Amino acid sequence: MSLRTPLALVRGLGAAKDGTHHWWMQRVTSIALIPLVVWFVFSMLFYSRVEYAVFQHWLSKPLNAGLMVTFLVTVFYHAKLGMQVIYEDYVRPEWAMYVALLVTQFALFLLGAIAIISVLKIALA
Amino acid sequence: MSANKRPLSPFMIGPYYKPQMTSVLSITHRATGAGLVVGTLLLVYWLAAAALGPESYKHGQAVIGSMLGQLFLFLWTWALFYHMANGIRHLFWDAGCGFEMEQATKSGWWVVWSSIILTVLCWLIAGS
Repeated sequence: MSLRTPLALVRGLGAAKDGTHHWWMQRVTSIALIPLVVWFVFSMLFYSRVEYAVFQHWLSKPLNAGLMVTFLVTVFYHAKLGMQVIYEDYVRPEWAMYVALLVTQFALFLLGAIAIISVLKIALA
Repeated sequence: MSANKRPLSPFMIGPYYKPQMTSVLSITHRATGAGLVVGTLLLVYWLAAAALGPESYKHGQAVIGSMLGQLFLFLWTWALFYHMANGIRHLFWDAGCGFEMEQATKSGWWVVWSSIILTVLCWLIAGS
């Protein structure tokens, strides 16, 4: 056991230089998501219940496919940032927090990849 | 005293603090956020079903159109609007506006009602 205080052990190591990046990206993605969510909800009110051909035609328009991919990337990035804060605040011991964080990150990346590939497949069909 | 033996302030949920409107809204923001993450499973399922062709697209619509699917979708809609409205409230705080207790309570009620009204409005449009 060291007699040095925890503060002394980290002093001089320097800052990670990205302390505000998480906070900032959470805000950037949340601002982007306001118009994207409005677009998504309005679109889904109609296009979630139409025939396949109508849906496929709608999603094959570059603007709609582009908005959908942007929406998905922003959603999953924002989700990762948000879940990270929840885990950091509530999950202990620390290793469990890292396990939860890694599992969630991998799962969200995979879900995002599946969703985007699906959109591209429909759009480019 | 080593850092990990220092007394901690008690957790906000439990017998220590009286729940306040603002604190309940705050934890609801996190709860809806986590709920929306689970809800993305439905979104990904639906998109993947559509990508597999007309047959599975129809099946996906039936799954989401079922009682349970509609219930999830309804809760998801409310969580989405709540998280968005309260997120906007947070952005105003980030800009340094609305910190007074009276303003925070007022904006809190604004979030509650706008999320309910937008959800009902959405489902009225969807049902018509």
